Amino acid sequence: MKTFNYHTPKDVKEASKLASTSSAFLAGGMTTIPSIKLGLATYKDIIDIKSIKKLSGIKVSGKSVTIGATTKHAEVAASKEVQKTIPALAKLAGNIGDAQVRNRGTIGGSISNNDPSACYPSACMALNAVIHTNSRKIPAEKFFTGMFETALKKGELVEAVEFQVPEKADYQKHPNPASRYAIIGVFVAKHKKEVNVAVTGAKSCVYIDKDLSKKLSSSFSSSVIEGMKVDDSEMNSDMHASSEYRANLVSLYAKKAVEAC
Amino acid sequence: MASLVGSRVERKEDGRFLQGKGRYTADINIANQTYAIFVRSPHARAKIKSVDTSKALKSSGVVGVLTGKEIAEDKIGGLIAGWAIRSEDGSEMKVPANPPLAKDVANFVGEPIAVVFAETLDEAKEGAEKVKVDYKVLKAVVDPADAMKSEAIHDGVDKNLCYDWLLGDRKAVDEAFAKADKIIKVDLINNRLVPNAMEPRACVVDYNTASEEITLYTTSQNPHLSRLVMSAFGGVAPENKLRVVAPDVGGGFGSKINVYNEEIVCSWASKKIERPIKWVAERTESFLTDTHGRDHVTHAELAVTKEGKFLGFKNETIANLGAYARVFGTVTPTYLFGPCATGVYVIPAAYSNVKAVYTNTAPVDAYRGAGRPEATYTIERLVEKAAMELGIDKTEIRMRNFPTEFPFKQTLVHTVDSGDYVAGLEKAKQMADYAGFEARRKKSEANGKLRGIGVSSYFEACGIAPSAAVMSLGCGVGLWESAEVRFNPTGQISVFTGAHSHGQSHQTTFAQIAADELGVPMENIDVVHGDTDKGTFGMGTYGSRSLTVGGIAIVNACKKIVAKGKRVAAKMLEVNEDEIEFKDGEFVALKSNKKKTIGEIAFACYLPGQRDEMKSPIPEGDEPGLIESSFFDPANFSFPAGSHICEVEIDPETGNVKVEKYTAVDDFGRIVNPMIVEGQVHGGIAQGIGQALHENTQYDETGQLMTASYMDYTMPRADNFPEFNLGFTCTHATSNPLGVKGCGEAGAIASPPTVMNAVIDALGGQEISMPATAEKVWKACKTLKKSNAKAA
Repeated sequence: MKTFNYHTPKDVKEASKLASTSSAFLAGGMTTIPSIKLGLATYKDIIDIKSIKKLSGIKVSGKSVTIGATTKHAEVAASKEVQKTIPALAKLAGNIGDAQVRNRGTIGGSISNNDPSACYPSACMALNAVIHTNSRKIPAEKFFTGMFETALKKGELVEAVEFQVPEKADYQKHPNPASRYAIIGVFVAKHKKEVNVAVTGAKSCVYIDKDLSKKLSSSFSSSVIEGMKVDDSEMNSDMHASSEYRANLVSLYAKKAVEAC
Repeated sequence: MASLVGSRVERKEDGRFLQGKGRYTADINIANQTYAIFVRSPHARAKIKSVDTSKALKSSGVVGVLTGKEIAEDKIGGLIAGWAIRSEDGSEMKVPANPPLAKDVANFVGEPIAVVFAETLDEAKEGAEKVKVDYKVLKAVVDPADAMKSEAIHDGVDKNLCYDWLLGDRKAVDEAFAKADKIIKVDLINNRLVPNAMEPRACVVDYNTASEEITLYTTSQNPHLSRLVMSAFGGVAPENKLRVVAPDVGGGFGSKINVYNEEIVCSWASKKIERPIKWVAERTESFLTDTHGRDHVTHAELAVTKEGKFLGFKNETIANLGAYARVFGTVTPTYLFGPCATGVYVIPAAYSNVKAVYTNTAPVDAYRGAGRPEATYTIERLVEKAAMELGIDKTEIRMRNFPTEFPFKQTLVHTVDSGDYVAGLEKAKQMADYAGFEARRKKSEANGKLRGIGVSSYFEACGIAPSAAVMSLGCGVGLWESAEVRFNPTGQISVFTGAHSHGQSHQTTFAQIAADELGVPMENIDVVHGDTDKGTFGMGTYGSRSLTVGGIAIVNACKKIVAKGKRVAAKMLEVNEDEIEFKDGEFVALKSNKKKTIGEIAFACYLPGQRDEMKSPIPEGDEPGLIESSFFDPANFSFPAGSHICEVEIDPETGNVKVEKYTAVDDFGRIVNPMIVEGQVHGGIAQGIGQALHENTQYDETGQLMTASYMDYTMPRADNFPEFNLGFTCTHATSNPLGVKGCGEAGAIASPPTVMNAVIDALGGQEISMPATAEKVWKACKTLKKSNAKAA
């Protein structure tokens, strides 16, 4: 492991100031630390934001649930308030990685990394989330821009994620048997006016499946999407799953999610 | 005193392991040690044009850099193949040189080219990055099925063929096939596996400049054998100047039998740089360079009558050795595979033909079961398919072909001393509620699921030993085992064994048997292993041999202790030796009922005299002290056997396979500790289910390992398994005085075909290769749906 400067800023302002093109923010470190150890990434400065109190915690108002960036998956999974308002979100958090990962990994880290197989981005997309950073508010559909890429600029730090409380929602994941990341994951959220079907794992970046969303918006019933063919042309095809198999799973797990709502 | 053999004694090892008090090689640090990092080939096949170490040598903290050139100049020998196999045409096998550091050609990704020693690990890594190797990349040979048609990767090894071996009688097989009503055929791939011991390989070397002795702490299953190989073939140091210590070792599964490049290089280099050296593999290095397992491509046929009687068997296999032939690499696909491929059946004619090929992949060697899982998979797939094609119940067809008399002269090599295959299968059927399967299948069907049941009956040849037998087949050493029992003056006992425990619970099992023999509490016994400075010699632990060979050496050494104790007791009690009876740790003079405990005898043996009287308890012709040793070399292998039954449920929409029930009935002869044996069976079944459903080692066409981490290589986990339902039958082995048979590998041998037979049963007989991953199964379900629709 290459040496680096380790910083523990007291507040977001200080953290942002320390940021450069060769720095990384560190919260749970579930991706950053293995990347450094494997020599896939090197940083001059590691800016540990874990001790910035403001960034952690869960707030529920009538229409939204706001989760601080350094809130751990285990905390979201165990939160009575999240379980009550958006149970699908608590369920999603409770099935990320293993117990060790859930006790360290954070929501801010997950979405800032934007791994194409991560679970949280699908919840952000389906639940019309707004990402609060230290300089602006970014709607989820503008936040996730590509494989491991987001709209975040240098020094910009996610502070919290504000989810819209849906009428109903569910998340279904087909885990990679080795890593247990999502081969595909489908987050279905029924809002007052529309239904969002967000898919992770299937393509290079999380996306809303427009066809499935449209069908379910017209009638929220699994029968309307039963056996529906999903276009697999842009889907990932690798040694774990072909695009054909992934397409089958997207349709199937969307149906399972609707049935579980 | 109640016998300890047969009881569920808690493991003596558990306390310290569960409290993190294990002391593994990586836990050992020597003052002034340097850290080693190996520069490894990033290419599967490349000519090494030059190695420039100048920048690395100038790098901060670097103490030394060594390459293949220096090791060749010092005439340090390479890695060896332990068994010489002859081809059908009588020619000897072709074995390329395998230098510890490649000098001219690299033959697999991860092969070591150079080594850097530095004051810290980080400095060693920095230094290693600065070693510049100029490669000319060559086209790699990866697929074993194509290897014989590809360019030769080693000089002098035509067609990449190590040997073309035959066991059996082709003519007799042809005659048998001519008489058959039906020929059953299968084409099988036995998927390559990475052993994945929990503890990665490591070594720490300490060279003593004064005594010129090298101490090598290493992750080995057989420290004495490592010393022998490193001394005799490596020329690292004379055997009496090389001490090999294998302390706690966290799993081996065969992958730690071999002496590896790193151990030879660090031992040689420690003397050269006159500094201790520490090397610990990272997980990626384990994936790339630990010996792998299996990797066969097989075509097999079974000739049957319409009544389901087996007439003949043929087996044509291509075995992938990887880049080099290693210690058990050449015997695993021949004598450990071929003889067992006719299974538990009376088959009048049979042959196994194996072509072993070199490819630009990690070397393949013994992995839990070594050859017998491949054999069992071959025959048990054929038998299950025969049952299906002939419309005979899958248990009935097995019953019709089991031998009913023992010793059973198996078709190809072995004479199986004891067993009762019918009883094993009957018991498994009952425990698995075989009769109730159809109802469970219908229930699954009503839920939209496919349910299948699979059976496998196996035997295997283990307790790998008879020296004369194995050496006649080409083994380079005799596979006896030794023990020394040292009774200390105060009554504590040290039992030295040449077997090595890396998870097998020898400290408990061996203490149980020694305690019974000596009539002392097992707490008084310390089992010592893993150090060439302690104990006589040893061939190590693999092939389920520890108890059946090493354990018996302990029993025999204990018997010698008791025999001497009798002579001493007779003299002390002033009676004839034949008037002494030894029972429960006491030597009793039958007439007078006077007695001496074994502790008192030991004390007297070490303090042979008394105040004011010239009197010795030691009889004439005996010597003081109470230490006895034994070398045990059994007359035969041991032949555990049994029947396993598995039920799976498949979700046709996803292809997910769930193992719903798993029943194993095994015959391991007399069982010393049922709890430990059950643990061994559990572990073996888990690895077998891993092979059948999850694990797969994939190289791309350039020879890059695609599954080199746990992100991509699927290890089975607890939630992949049901509760295992275990039962035992017991016929004593006749080749050893305890009547024990090996139990360490049986689970991994029997379970892959059991699970696959169940999956294929659920899929209506559609062939599918291991591992039966969700996507493969999903595709098969789609085909099944189409063919069912057509039929309707």
